[in-house]
Amino acid sequence: MSSAYHDEGFWRKYVFSTDHKWIGIQYAVTALFFLLIGFCLILVMRWQLAYPGEAVPIIGKLLSEEGMLTPDLYNSFGAMHGTIMIFLGVVPLAVGGFGNYVLPLQIGAPDMAFPKINMASYWSFFVGGVVMLASFFMPQGAASSGWTMYPPLSVIQTTGETMWLIGMVFLITSSLLGAINFITTVIQLRTKGMTWMRLPFFVWTQFITSFLLLLAFPPLESAAILQLMDRLAGTSFFLPSGLYVGGEVLNVSGGGSPLLWQHLFWFLAHPEVYVLILPAMGIVAEIITNNTRKPLWGYRSMVYSLIFLGFMSFIVWAHHMFLTGMGTTMAAFFQTTTMIISIPSVIILSAMFISLWGGSIRFSVPMLFALAFLPMFGIGGLTGLPLGLASADIHLHDTYYVIGHFHYIVAPGTLLALFAGIYYWFPKVTGRKMNDSLGRIHFFGTFIGMNGVFMPMFIQGLAGVSRRLYDGGTTYLHAQPVLQWNEFMTISAILLGLFQIPFIVNFFMSIKRGKKVSSNPWEATTLEWAAAPSPPIRHGNFSSVPEVYHSPYEYNVPVNGTVEEFVPQNKVLEVE
Amino acid sequence: MEIPYTVDAHPETGLHNSKIGIWLFLASEVMLFGGLFSAYILLRTGSLPGVWPLGSDILSVPIGTFNTLVLIISSVTMVMSWASLKMNDFSKYKLYMGTTILLGSLFLVIKIFYEYIPKFSHHHFPSTDTFYAIYFTLTGLHGLHVLGGILVNLYFWGPGSKLWKTEPERFSNRIEVAGLYWHFVDLVWIFLFPTLYLL
Repeated sequence: MSSAYHDEGFWRKYVFSTDHKWIGIQYAVTALFFLLIGFCLILVMRWQLAYPGEAVPIIGKLLSEEGMLTPDLYNSFGAMHGTIMIFLGVVPLAVGGFGNYVLPLQIGAPDMAFPKINMASYWSFFVGGVVMLASFFMPQGAASSGWTMYPPLSVIQTTGETMWLIGMVFLITSSLLGAINFITTVIQLRTKGMTWMRLPFFVWTQFITSFLLLLAFPPLESAAILQLMDRLAGTSFFLPSGLYVGGEVLNVSGGGSPLLWQHLFWFLAHPEVYVLILPAMGIVAEIITNNTRKPLWGYRSMVYSLIFLGFMSFIVWAHHMFLTGMGTTMAAFFQTTTMIISIPSVIILSAMFISLWGGSIRFSVPMLFALAFLPMFGIGGLTGLPLGLASADIHLHDTYYVIGHFHYIVAPGTLLALFAGIYYWFPKVTGRKMNDSLGRIHFFGTFIGMNGVFMPMFIQGLAGVSRRLYDGGTTYLHAQPVLQWNEFMTISAILLGLFQIPFIVNFFMSIKRGKKVSSNPWEATTLEWAAAPSPPIRHGNFSSVPEVYHSPYEYNVPVNGTVEEFVPQNKVLEVE
Repeated sequence: MEIPYTVDAHPETGLHNSKIGIWLFLASEVMLFGGLFSAYILLRTGSLPGVWPLGSDILSVPIGTFNTLVLIISSVTMVMSWASLKMNDFSKYKLYMGTTILLGSLFLVIKIFYEYIPKFSHHHFPSTDTFYAIYFTLTGLHGLHVLGGILVNLYFWGPGSKLWKTEPERFSNRIEVAGLYWHFVDLVWIFLFPTLYLL
């Protein structure tokens, strides 16, 4: 088994690796790096919001002569923060990182179905990321029309926008290749006895996520092609007739529609929201059942809700567009589908809450993060309901309320779950555990910091403060009563940043110095824990092909008068 | 660390891995072209009355029809090449695959020299109006797909065909998968032709 790979050089093993475990690590580390960059961008922006016009400390000289963040830079930082966090940070970490590493192990597969395509997926992502970063160094800087790239602004803007579109084509290709791989792997490579209803919930979430990536991203690719044509070939797909720019009619043929972009964009970007949240739910479900020491409550209804959620996510997109002047019939339709899609999310969240009931909870570090995910995602979801109703959305659209809402889903929601996943699977990847005390410091700092940043956004948003103000609303009369929150949020953000230091230290220190653990330190039941601690790269996953005998979460099973604390999926469960 | 079902079919699904892979890929391609076709519909219905031209007034229907025939015949020869492999006739495979490549190239040659270049010389560019914009974008993207197919087929006609000597089953699987892609590209054109040339 191992002899076939002994002569592999450094490049084949560590750079252009085709092993799903190493690709997962590559994805995760790159994505964490991008998350840090995205966070630094917003930190500079938050400084400007709290102290408008004041020089940014430390890095100010890099930004402008006076050391302050200029309006143009503010715009491009905002656009790139969104782009980097979503497309280069959270998705690659949740799907590329955790999906690649854990999914084949959990279904007992030797690798992904197409290892070379898997490698191509990572490198396509990498090139996309480099293009995005390089756009900062273009003349006049990176894209600056928001992460949504709404035309006509994005078409008449600087070359950074072209770079954004090219980078996005690479990123879409990457997730397309990944999605094909994931789906094929789950369909074909499940080990003996691993029936669909014995799949760990995490695998289900990755499976559904892959379908969203597969089918929702191509329309954005077509939109990106059209916008590239607009920018490079002078077409007018998104430019209406008689468009004035700087007081003059723009010299184009016209006849296009800016709304067309919005439809194509949100057709991607709403399923994208579920791409961000579903893997997080999968991670949290794994950790909750493991740390409550009882089976996941309502596994089947969770799976069916997940499938329904994936399907519904394709027909809610226009709830992002209530203010574009669409008719009331259209608004009513999308409002209804939006209300319907909240049902499966609530079912999944409730099932995870009920899973806690009667459990003997182990408050390990991953469990703390997973527990925090539940209410945070709840807040994010519930604050979304007023946005889904057209009449309430008219008031709230484009205010800080919207920012607060989706950040509660993605930051205290998904990111906490991803941290949980890192602490949970770290012993599998490295064979060592991360430090508990540093983990707890990281948890409480992050949890409080995130709420300090995002909670006041609801207050500002309800007061009507627009999300696109360079000075944070200083010049607006209606913003005055809530302005003091700007400083509070910025200080919280700085604290949030400082509390990531224990994590970074812990992460790197534990790779070499962490406490060595056995192959199953959390006493879990799913198959990845049947593999060796830190399964070697390019030497297969399991010493022998595992066989599965029962459902994934058999904790505290009554067996013949006694209680079995946990029964791994590859152990026969003898019930008489 | 062999990956199962790369050659043989999975007992439950009845498919080998790459066949599932290519169908998933084609599903995403449907969404890609679906997005562009939706753009076409939205732009056309949203145009001012009388502005959108009739395709047949601008584009040459005879050339388009001829090209449609070229692609359909190439799809037939593609199937024949796969069938020849299944009947263990490698020289026939070479013949049919070669024909497929030539027909695909003929399609591109006609497209470029009898359609694109005459239009450019009459100063009709993508920037001229929205009809030309969507025409060049849709047919251009389709042309790139044809080019991609030709390159893949060329590889399987030339250096890639060595695999036949060592793993014939795997090789014919690859031709089947390449064929599915080729038929899809053909099918896209069958939708493109009436949409752009006739309506």
